[in-house]
Amino acid sequence: MQHEFIFAGFGGQGVLLMGQLLAHTAMDEGKRVSWIPSYGPEMRGGTANCTVIVSDREIGSPVVSRPSCVVAMNLPSLDKFEETVKPNGVLVINSSLVTREPKRQDVTVVKVPATQVANELGNARVANMVALGAVIEATGVVTPDGLMKALKKNLPPHRQNLLPLNREAIEKGRKTAQE
Amino acid sequence: MSEKLLMKGNEALGEAALQAGCQLYFAYPITPQSELPEYLSRRMPELGRVFLQAESEIAAINMVYGAAGAGARVMTSSSSPGISLKQEGLSYIAAAQLPCVIVNMSRGGPGLGSIQPAQSDYLQATKGGGHGDYHLIVLAPASAQEIVDLTILAFDLADQYRTPVMIMGDGLLGQMMEPVLFPDRTNVELPEKPWATTGRKGDRPKNIIHSLELQSERLEAHNQKLQEKYADIAATQKRSDEYLTEDADVVLVAFGTVARICRSAIDMAREKGIKAGLFRPISLWPFPDEALARLAEKERVFLSVEMNCGQMVDDIKLAVDCRRPVHFFGRVGGIVPSPEEVLAEIEKIMAGRCDA
Repeated sequence: MQHEFIFAGFGGQGVLLMGQLLAHTAMDEGKRVSWIPSYGPEMRGGTANCTVIVSDREIGSPVVSRPSCVVAMNLPSLDKFEETVKPNGVLVINSSLVTREPKRQDVTVVKVPATQVANELGNARVANMVALGAVIEATGVVTPDGLMKALKKNLPPHRQNLLPLNREAIEKGRKTAQE
Repeated sequence: MSEKLLMKGNEALGEAALQAGCQLYFAYPITPQSELPEYLSRRMPELGRVFLQAESEIAAINMVYGAAGAGARVMTSSSSPGISLKQEGLSYIAAAQLPCVIVNMSRGGPGLGSIQPAQSDYLQATKGGGHGDYHLIVLAPASAQEIVDLTILAFDLADQYRTPVMIMGDGLLGQMMEPVLFPDRTNVELPEKPWATTGRKGDRPKNIIHSLELQSERLEAHNQKLQEKYADIAATQKRSDEYLTEDADVVLVAFGTVARICRSAIDMAREKGIKAGLFRPISLWPFPDEALARLAEKERVFLSVEMNCGQMVDDIKLAVDCRRPVHFFGRVGGIVPSPEEVLAEIEKIMAGRCDA
């Protein structure tokens, strides 16, 4: 079994971090993982994306052209990556910022108002964790418990106070995906 | 063994160098390897070792020359254009028979090129690069774990043969995060270096390190000595890996990042009933020609896949002694080929529509 994710959004939405946290979690749960960022002459406010592979066996190409799951945190990301999702794959959309309907009929679409939920929680920056909650619920790639453990392990000491907020964001994201 | 850590290739390389006992690091920043100096700038002072950002790549390689001459484990790193600048120094270091490790996380060329991954420094790395008859040992990892293992090996080989060793990665390997384990390196004894310029206290003859030899006979004798060393390395240090080659009708030959992509393409080909396999050189010099020649004993075709314009093809043709067709597929300019593209190439070859 192999999951291939592309997390995409604009710089500052924490898309690289989402992917890293997922990779950490899957690694701690005994899976093979790889994470690669799109890197280039980037700038703040530009687009950012990363590719994460989670597999039971040795990972060949860390680069994928047909991911099993795309997470589009904004409209340009949906425009760029919607077509790439494998048939029967998963498309997670931040419906707070994406104004159009997805075109694909052959994939599972999960709409999460990630930015709105994050704002309601009092911090727009946890929109990525809301979306990540939805991702793990929709794909079952890692356990919620494993994600919470990895979150605690990877938050630096001076940020541990943000643990409850992030946990809540992930839980809200999971609930949205269940609906 | 350490706990499993998720690290970028560049950072894993830095940590591996530290654990291999690297005492000094001299370099000048360049994308896509800057996480390496960044990591070492934090870690080396913690360990009381030397991190120095030189004023240029040329300065850095000559600092390596000096430190290696004094017998220290020393490293420098850069990416393609910066590695070009280091070539003069590398020739001097090879001539003076000094151990050191050079990292090239290569990027698109020629010229200033791009900051995206490429393998277009293959010929520079394996055929000399600087002037004179010399070789570097060149090791090409294909994962973060192999970056760790080969970096440690690089320091050991450098000391064993008193020769510069290059780690040849690419931008993608440097940027990618994968789990890594660091081997237990406590109680490793480093070799004695009686030739090092450590300061004479009257108890031994002078150690002089230089690469100038104006007397032709003596320079020829020195060259012969170097060639004997290279022959010894070639006889014992060829490294390669194979994947599903046993029954393969088409054997892909690829190193580094591209080998990973080929592996996926091979899995896809096998699902379609095409018997494909992978031969992956790990040492680019010495090139693992004998293992490849063994594969050429059977009726099959070869396909070299590279992120350059075919720089490894000649080595493959020499290894298989032109007995089998050797095809080529490559992308350049910083474009990483997709498994689908490679699969299409395999299918094209198997359909017999492509001439070697």
